[in-house]
Amino acid sequence: MITFYMNGLEVTVEEGMTILEAARFLGLPIPTLCHKDGLSPYGSCRLCVVEIGDGLKAKLVSSCTYPIEEGLRVRTASSRVMKARRVILELFLASCPQSKTIQDLASAHAVQQQRFKQEYENCILCGLCVRMCEEQMRAKAIGFRSRGEKRSIGTPFDIQSEECRQCGACLYICPACQLRCTYTEPERPICGGCANLPPPCLEKEGFGDLMCYMTPCVACEIRKEDRKE
Amino acid sequence: MERLKSIDEFFLLRDRLRADRNPDLPTIVIPAGTCGQASGANDLIRITKRELLDKRLTEKIQLRITGCHGFCEMEPSVRIEPGGTFYPKVSPKNMASIIEAVAKGRVLKELLFGNRETGTPIEKQADIPFFKNQVRTLLSRNEKVDPIRIFHYIGNDGYSAMARVLSGKDPRWVIEEIKSSGLRGRGGAGFPTGLKWEMLSKQASRNGKFVVCNADEGDPGAYMDRSVLEGNPHSIIEGMIIGAYGTGATEGIVYVRNEYPLAIKHLLIALRQATQFGFLGKDILGTGFSLDIKVMRGAGAFVCGEETALIKSIEGKMGEPRQRPPFPVERGVHGQPTLINNVETWANIPVIIGLGAQEFAKVGTKENAGTKIFSLVGKIRNTGLVEVPMGITISKIVNEIGGGSVNQTRIKAIQTGGPSGGCIPAEMFHLPIDYESLTQVGSIMGSGGMIVMDEHTCMVDVAKYFMKFLKEESCGKCFICRKGTQRMHEILDDISSGRGKLEHLSLLEELGSVVKDTSLCGLGQTSPNPVLSTLRYFRDEYLEHIQNRQCLAGVCKALITYSINPNCSGCQLCLKACPAEAIHGERKEPHIIDAEKCNKCGACKSVCPFDAVEVRSGGGSVDWERGRMG
Repeated sequence: MITFYMNGLEVTVEEGMTILEAARFLGLPIPTLCHKDGLSPYGSCRLCVVEIGDGLKAKLVSSCTYPIEEGLRVRTASSRVMKARRVILELFLASCPQSKTIQDLASAHAVQQQRFKQEYENCILCGLCVRMCEEQMRAKAIGFRSRGEKRSIGTPFDIQSEECRQCGACLYICPACQLRCTYTEPERPICGGCANLPPPCLEKEGFGDLMCYMTPCVACEIRKEDRKE
Repeated sequence: MERLKSIDEFFLLRDRLRADRNPDLPTIVIPAGTCGQASGANDLIRITKRELLDKRLTEKIQLRITGCHGFCEMEPSVRIEPGGTFYPKVSPKNMASIIEAVAKGRVLKELLFGNRETGTPIEKQADIPFFKNQVRTLLSRNEKVDPIRIFHYIGNDGYSAMARVLSGKDPRWVIEEIKSSGLRGRGGAGFPTGLKWEMLSKQASRNGKFVVCNADEGDPGAYMDRSVLEGNPHSIIEGMIIGAYGTGATEGIVYVRNEYPLAIKHLLIALRQATQFGFLGKDILGTGFSLDIKVMRGAGAFVCGEETALIKSIEGKMGEPRQRPPFPVERGVHGQPTLINNVETWANIPVIIGLGAQEFAKVGTKENAGTKIFSLVGKIRNTGLVEVPMGITISKIVNEIGGGSVNQTRIKAIQTGGPSGGCIPAEMFHLPIDYESLTQVGSIMGSGGMIVMDEHTCMVDVAKYFMKFLKEESCGKCFICRKGTQRMHEILDDISSGRGKLEHLSLLEELGSVVKDTSLCGLGQTSPNPVLSTLRYFRDEYLEHIQNRQCLAGVCKALITYSINPNCSGCQLCLKACPAEAIHGERKEPHIIDAEKCNKCGACKSVCPFDAVEVRSGGGSVDWERGRMG
């Protein structure tokens, strides 16, 4: 067992756990895109960053790949973390607005704008399909190629691979291939639909007899942030 | 040559080689590193060999072919020993007369290096300001040895440090010695070398440990590691043997990029010779200690200089960094504990053991011991490799060693640390060069590239150039580094093409700080530095581009126009030089540039003998003397 501090609380978890595993075990939400239970952690989407350390030595690390150390101080939702996540989500929206997963994450983090040139890329190179193919399907039919802006995923030489059984696991797991929510403005990356409608409680004083159906409630989160600032 | 079987045999050999050496025999030293060969050192070597044979001087004059000495601007150069006469930019037709002069013990005054201020020739290499202000601990060894002759290296005290260490010294003593020398990793981050070694020595491993030399030098404009590998490969091998002995490592790997063919060739020759002599392999010098060193060639990905990506590449996988911890000293190549040091760090090891840690620590400052090689390039008079003690001020390097700017222009900034470094403005040139102070001002030491920029350099363009490099060289694993560098480049491109908006600046800063914060490896974490540091110190240039649509340096093509002023004599030189056929006009009549066709290459300006081609940006012409609008 190993003891460390999670958002100021002293907690004890099993040795060998990553910060993300521990946080989920303790019920603290950390958003992820490139992480799935059953696949090895990769750390490419950077959404799951958390702040560790104190003072000048404080830094952000991806919680899915960082093993817990004795006495480590972790903050899963500090203002530095939230600011970073918002910018990352804005970049995701700018590149791949057609994914419902990304839209939902963005609206859950109150990302209200997208300041970059709009692109419509189909792949965010999270590598879930590559790991799915290799680790669960044992096929190793697809992989990463090249680097930097030329990086892509595919079969060798882009021809039908003999390893591929066309099982479709790569399609199943892809967070970018899902249909997006378009609402009334199909061109806008931020859907503006259901999740971005201000929840009723924002407009009214208190709840009254209204039932809140949102978990976690966007409005409550926003108001918490506002109060902090 | 048979393998040496004991330490005593080695010292016998060394003493014999020393005794054989005649220090008074005139020697012609020709540096033939990559820089020397490119500027014609091979011709000089061929002529010298022929002359020496023809004139039967082989007994009287020695020829020594070495690696780069550092003064690349003046290549091909020739150095005459003993005495140290220095002939810069030697043309092949003068070589014969130099040999004749050497044979007669004379000096050819007219071929010597001329002092810039007084015009008087300077004879000795040591008196030339470029060399005088350096402390050349490592580079001076390049002058003494022919890299492909192990006898030269042994005769110059080479492998003595190794033999001393192997003759029964406690490995812990070696580590203590490196620790107390205060040597810090020369690869850029400045981690204390001794501490890293101690961590490796404490790692238990049944399947062996690795020592790795990181020679994947990829910064544009930096070539210190190449020169050391080319000029003195045995010093790296010796350093690695000492390191392996101290830490209990069993295998060595030199990871060198394939773009360095000469370095690889010299290294392979050196490894073969060292193995023949019994410095590598099983039972080194009869001490029972064994080590093998292999060479791994990298395919030239910049990110493979990052240690975890380098390990992946050695294992034959895609060069991609991974999360640390576990650090390479815990789990590295093939899962075994691995120590990775930079070329320059390894080259310092024999020096430390040879001199003693105390003596080594006297050079430099308390926190930053020893010397560091920088490659000084850009808009500077004396381009080359300079080795200086840590803690020296930037202004001393730029003005005294570098000799100032090329055409009396004002030096504006210096870019240190390669593409991930930052730009330091001229007002801060009083800063001492060490790891901490460079980090404080938003740059990094990096592996030691120094690019000097003057008023004809546009800082937006500089930032854009480095972003382009980084967006191509980012491995692409982290979304934020891959997309962040692309987006920063996109915004900078907008600004330099006149499409910039004021809110772009805050967006750049916001994005830059997040890329810095959330990237996985050192490449991503330092990649916004060129943008953030230029925004910090040269914000007015950005504003000039955005608000006035002007590029005062006359670099950003979308914001400048070329035109011909009345100085034009109608000589038609520019007309012939223009690749876009945008200039027209009759002979002896002033010419006109067709702005539609002009691709702004600047060919006309560079050929015009009358200063008639003007670069204009916004309202006025760019004043090339002051960097201001007229």
